[in-house]
Order: sequence, then structure tokens, then C-alpha cells
Amino acid sequence: MTIYGYRLPTWLALLIWAALWELIGRLDVIMLIPPLSAVFAAMGNVLFTQSFLEAIGITLEAFGIGMGLALVVGIGVGVAMGRVRVVGDVMGMWINIFESSPITAVVPLLLAVLGFGMQTMVVTVFLFSVWVIALDTQVGVKHASSSLVEMARSFGASRRDLYAKVIFWAALPEILAGVRLGVIRGVRGVVIGQLLIAIVGVGFLFETYSRKFIMPEFWALVLIVFGFAYGLSETIGLVERRVARYASVR
Amino acid sequence: MPVAVKTAEPVRLRSAAEPAIRLRGIGKMFDDFRALEGIDLDFPRGELTTLLGPSGCGKTTTLKIVAGLLEATEGEVLVNGQPVTGPGPERAFVFQDFALLPWANVLRNVAFGLELRHVPKEEREEIARRYIAEVGLVGAEHKFPHELSGGMRQRVGLARALAVDAEILLMDEPFASVDEQNRRKFQEDLLSLLAHEKKTVIFVTHSIEEAVYISDQVAVLTRNPGRLSRVVRPEIDRSGHFDELRRSPAYLDAVDEIWHELKSYLDDEERAR
Repeated sequence: MTIYGYRLPTWLALLIWAALWELIGRLDVIMLIPPLSAVFAAMGNVLFTQSFLEAIGITLEAFGIGMGLALVVGIGVGVAMGRVRVVGDVMGMWINIFESSPITAVVPLLLAVLGFGMQTMVVTVFLFSVWVIALDTQVGVKHASSSLVEMARSFGASRRDLYAKVIFWAALPEILAGVRLGVIRGVRGVVIGQLLIAIVGVGFLFETYSRKFIMPEFWALVLIVFGFAYGLSETIGLVERRVARYASVR
Repeated sequence: MPVAVKTAEPVRLRSAAEPAIRLRGIGKMFDDFRALEGIDLDFPRGELTTLLGPSGCGKTTTLKIVAGLLEATEGEVLVNGQPVTGPGPERAFVFQDFALLPWANVLRNVAFGLELRHVPKEEREEIARRYIAEVGLVGAEHKFPHELSGGMRQRVGLARALAVDAEILLMDEPFASVDEQNRRKFQEDLLSLLAHEKKTVIFVTHSIEEAVYISDQVAVLTRNPGRLSRVVRPEIDRSGHFDELRRSPAYLDAVDEIWHELKSYLDDEERAR
């Protein structure tokens, strides 16, 4: 951003929004929006409560297991779809349908089948994130230059080496893009899952705060969850940029 | 010469008269399209044979069939008398688009053929360094492909093919993506390199001058479908300087002969249309 010839750092935009939030909060226009300073003050309260630590523990566990499954299945299915035409044809349509459908709608169903526990959360995270990972992996594998594959074959590459030393790395930029999107969706999934379950984890806290109108704590929690998702996505973005060096010249 | 990967049989003991590669009635169909028909051709051991022809004549297809990357629809390829069923350690390929790993540096790229054959890291890097020196890339070991010019990239591709110490080198228009100035230099370098490497080379190109300049034998192919039109042996005295060679009568005659062959074919093609 440049104003009157001065280059303004990006964080300044953030600062302006923060000031605006603080102002609106102070003016007391809407009861739902407390001043930002109050939210930050509440963040301390939220972070060190027993209920938050428990909630975050459960949430991270569900997120971790769900994401792990989504990564293994998503990348595996994506590679198969990219390499074997029949698999791509058979699975492609379904995965596209699921990717564009509102998965939230099936969470209540999961709840009925899997109960109010860990399983539902894990499956929710998985269902939110796996499709985009599979689709992006497929694109990456399909675009992996056929001459690299030919080169590896001509030098007598074993099947395993062909995948581990050539195809995986060639597809890595797209795989990482898929993983970054998948992770963001996974965070959304775990929160939505917990909101619908309403008695566990961060979802339970959200539910409690909003029902009792404890707004500073509510917003503090929102910021924490946003920060977590953003931090994760930026970390993957960092790796992506390192890989991008060769992605552009493949 | 370093022997990094032992070939299955003692190559040097084989009779020099036996062609390194024989094509017997090779034909290739891509679905309904006939790419090649009835190619019979011998590649004498230790010689450089060029496959020359207009685009679409199936020269690259022929090369990939010899490499074992494509399967012939008819006929068979014999390498040292053995039918080809797939890629093998006695053949190494140099690609038109270089096919370098963009995420690996020059050293690893040159050593990659050996890596795929599970040669220990230290040993393969030592061999790779030797061939990096041979193609004139010392100092570029830790550069990445995108930091190199087209000509340098192809040197990496060539070093990688040399490093596996295959007796047969298959080169698919290796200088097509190199600019004209570097191309000549490259051709000269290739000839001096091959002078002390004793390899059987199949070289694909669509440049008549290039073919005549570097080849012991030029196989002229025509298209629709790809057929062998004739084989020309330039018989150029290569003892003199490179520049003299390009002016020698033998060189000019061979270029002429091939040009007339291709021209009459192209004229026929036009008339048929």
C-alpha cells in the first residue's frame, strides 16, 4: 500500500482495523461487539482456564487424527487418480461432488451414527479436508512431466523409486497447495463438528460463551481459532514458497 | 574408463562385425494411426548413426522403441543379439527437453542414473564429478537446472547418460533446444567426446547438415507411414579441422544427396495432396 508516495507496511492495515474495532466497541453501539482491548484482556482469561485447555486438547487430537487420515487417504487416492486413468474416471466425479457439497449437512447424520464423541469429530475433519487434497494431488501427478517419468524409466527406475524420487516431488507444489487448503477446511470442520455436537471441545466453549453473552471471551476464542488456522496455513505456505522455486520451471 | 555398473556380459569380447543394434521389420501403430512400417536397419558397433527425416516420420518413435520406452507393434529390436523387452543398463537416453530434475542440483542430476541403480552415494558422486568435468561444467555442481542455460542443461543430460557407462547412447534431438551458435560448438564437443568413449550412438535430428557432419551412417526416413527411405554413409575424413570438414567435397556431396532424396519425396507428397 502506498499513500502520498510513502510505502506503508502491511501491518498498518491491521492496526487501522483494530482501532476501528476498539472505537465501535467503546461507543457501545452493539452489545455483541466489545472493545478490542477487552477481548485481549479476556484472551488471558480464556487461555489459562481448565476448560479451555481441555477443549483445545480434544480439538487438537480430533484435528490431528482427522488431518493425518485425510493426508494419507487424500494423497494416496490423488496419486492413484492421476496415474491410473480408470481410477481418475471412476473417482473423479464423486470427489468433485463431495468437494463442492456442503459437508456440514451430513454432520448431524454422523452424530446419529457415530455418537457425541471423538469419532464424529475425526470423521468431520476428514470429510472437510480430504477431497481438496485428493483433487490437487491428482492435478499435480497428472502434470508431472511425462519426460521425467520416461527418463526415470529409461535409467531402469524401480516402481518405488519412480514414485518416491520423481512423481512425488514433481507433484509436490500442487500437493502442498491442496494440503494448505485441506488444513484450513479441517480447522473449519473440527469447529463446526464441535458446534453441532455442542458438548465437547472448542465448540462447547463457543456455545457456552455465546449463550451466556460473554462476548469478550467469545471473540477472544474466535481470534485464537483464526490465529491457529492462519498460522498453520502460513507455515505450509512457507514450505510452498521454497518449493515454488522449481515449480515454475518444471 | 571407469566401470561403474557392470554390464551383464563382457561386451568387448563380442565380434566387432556384429551390429550393436538390429531392427527387424519394426512397425508401430498408435491406435488407428500407423507411425512406422517395416523398418530394417543395422547399427554398426562403435558408430554414430543418425535417424533423419521430416517431422512425423517416426524417428523419435524408433528411438524410443530401441530404448524400450515404447513397444513395437511388429518386428523386433536386437541389442547385442538379445531382443529388447524394456529399458536396459547397456542403453542410455539423452532427451530433447533435457528431462532434468528441477529440484535437484547438477551433481545429483548427473548421478541420478546411478542413484536409480543403487550405486552408493559417495561412489556415484565421484563418477558424476568426473563426467561433469568431461562435459565442461566444473563449478556448476551445486547449481540448479533453472540457473543454467539450455546448452548447459543439455550438457548435464549428456553427462548423466555418460555416467551410467552404457555402451549405447540414444540421443533424441539433443541440440534442438540449443541456439545455433552453441549448436556447432556442441556438435564438435560431442565428436571429440565420442572419439575416446567408444560408444554406439543413435542420434535423432531433422537437420541434414548436422546429420552429415556427425554421422558415420545416416538413415533417411519418410513419413505417412514412417519408412526407411535409404541409408547414406558420408565417408568424411574426420582427421582434419572441424571447419575444413564442413567444406570438404564428401560433406557437401552427402548433404546434397540427402537433400535430393528428401526433396523428391516431399514433392511427391505435395502432388498426392
